Amino acid sequence: MKAVLQVQNLSVDFETQRGRLQALRDVSFSIDAGEIVGVVGESGCGKSTLIASLMRLLADNAILRSGSALLQDKDLLQISQRDMQALRGRDISVVFQDPMTALNPVISIGQQMIDIQHREQISKAEKRKRVINILEKVGIPDPASRLNAYPHEFSGGMRQRVCIAMALMMRPKLLIADEPTTALDATLEVQVLRLLQELQSEIGCSILFISHHLGVIAELCSKVIVMYAGEVVEYGPVSQIFRSPSHPYTRKLLECDPGRIKERSHVLPSIPGELPDLTQPPPGCIFRLRCDLATEKCLKQIPEAQAVSTDHWAKCHYAESAQ
Amino acid sequence: MNDTLLQLNNLRVTFPVNHGLKGLFTPRHKRSVDAVAGVSLQLNKGETLAIVGESGSGKTTLARALNGLVSIASGEAIFDGHVLHQDPDWSQIRREMAMMFQDPTGSLSPRMTVRSLILEPFAIHSVALNDPDQTAISLLEKAGLSRRFLDRYPHQLSGGQARRVGIARAIALQPKLILADEPTAGLDVSVQGEVLTLMNHLKRDLGLTTIIITHNLNILRHIADRVGVMYLGRLVEVGSVEEIFNTPSHPYTKALLSANPTPDPDATHHRIELIGETPSLLSRPAGCEFHTRCPWAKAQCSRVMPDLETHTNAANLVRCHFPLNELHPGAISRPD
Repeated sequence: MKAVLQVQNLSVDFETQRGRLQALRDVSFSIDAGEIVGVVGESGCGKSTLIASLMRLLADNAILRSGSALLQDKDLLQISQRDMQALRGRDISVVFQDPMTALNPVISIGQQMIDIQHREQISKAEKRKRVINILEKVGIPDPASRLNAYPHEFSGGMRQRVCIAMALMMRPKLLIADEPTTALDATLEVQVLRLLQELQSEIGCSILFISHHLGVIAELCSKVIVMYAGEVVEYGPVSQIFRSPSHPYTRKLLECDPGRIKERSHVLPSIPGELPDLTQPPPGCIFRLRCDLATEKCLKQIPEAQAVSTDHWAKCHYAESAQ
Repeated sequence: MNDTLLQLNNLRVTFPVNHGLKGLFTPRHKRSVDAVAGVSLQLNKGETLAIVGESGSGKTTLARALNGLVSIASGEAIFDGHVLHQDPDWSQIRREMAMMFQDPTGSLSPRMTVRSLILEPFAIHSVALNDPDQTAISLLEKAGLSRRFLDRYPHQLSGGQARRVGIARAIALQPKLILADEPTAGLDVSVQGEVLTLMNHLKRDLGLTTIIITHNLNILRHIADRVGVMYLGRLVEVGSVEEIFNTPSHPYTKALLSANPTPDPDATHHRIELIGETPSLLSRPAGCEFHTRCPWAKAQCSRVMPDLETHTNAANLVRCHFPLNELHPGAISRPD
């Protein structure tokens, strides 16, 4: 299958007062057409920097050190701002975490959704029809009558549905969903996940789904990218990684999830230690300082991606024995 | 010996609703909403009670009412001999009832060092200390932080460390009750475990009584003894943590439990998907307030409001006309 997005050796630094912070280091992965790929990692692992790089929304102090991100044949990191602007919303779009701040509070939903079609050479009535159509698809009851409503008149779940509708209106090839269910309650989270699944199969777009919630990833995605301290440490099919993780970090992360521990326990697992300082990343493997399996080799040599099986690799010298 | 530490009877907390000029013509009962609409429960010494529910279910408001941060509209609340609903001396009560607020870093003053943050409760309640530094160090150590954190400011702490400072502040005056509002919200999975283990240890070592407010069902099983499930400001089910997880009796509890995605790709989901969203507090549904979203609702449910009571065929106290249970397996499968 042809890859929709192919990211290779992406490295991004930030210029800070304490020196250069290496926020992303040598990130590579690809997303096939129609695939839902999850990105999981804890705060500070570089998830947001990754999205910002792909959307060309990086802060001014960011430096692109190396890498490419091919959306079909265009390199998102190299094309002009003008070309990028043409791609945003049409070929690649984002659903952000907080549906309240993603929408403009002083413009009605209908107007906002008509405005974003400014590139289309069609009449306003047709644009309006399109808006009603997509709002109906995301499950807004009686959309025609809600066009004049403002974001504050919608509940959290409905607002997120509106954001999803806006992102999918132009049938993009790639949808980036940045923790779209984190601000929602459990029963609504399930509804939104189901909606994303339905729309994905209908529109056929690929989804890059960012989350720190392992359960959500397991439920929605077919492949998962595990990030730690700016690196992709493991990549592979959800079923394999969740059943037999190959990187010690993935394994520990899974062990920590209280949802996985079905027996009552007074002492819960955690990962001792802290994230390394990324202005001066420690030599060798980035996870070494918190890893039980670390040896001399891990200090001396940065691990390469070790293939575990087809489409499944881990950046660990002991990827096999870690299982 | 009386083991009851806290007793609530039909506690209500209301918030005024601003209708603007239209308010002049709004009937009196529509000028306010009941954020907490008649909660009754009893908490014994040494017990950990978890209050779960989604946003807007009134769980945080309940905690704030107990601490005097919002006023009680009606009903009774008696905490260790103090009558909370009759405008008591809150400063005395807050000394015995400590609050841990939601945002671990945001609830610490950014201009104070960890030392002064931990010693602040003593200053507020004019407790003289022989050796303040030693007290601060011993509290920090109880919370699992070393003394080198004493001179740091909140922005120099990670989320987990800030949460530990919050715990040290909460236990500083040896309170009888701790109200913990979302103790693990905003923390990474790898740190959640640490904080929960610490709270479990403190409970064991100091004999703490705790009320935990949370929407995270995953953590409950490991920390709570009893669970109360709230919906639209009312308790819909109360029971021991095992019974809530193993034999939920209220359809909402069941839906909430099944909506909880587990990191297991092999898990077979018997998921109950709720239709629609939580109704507004301004227009509470008639009858059972859950009937608009309940997959098992019957005609009676839209007419008569059920009470929170014991049922012969349910293990827990439940507010439902037709509680689910294993004796009626037909009720578990989805209708239609």
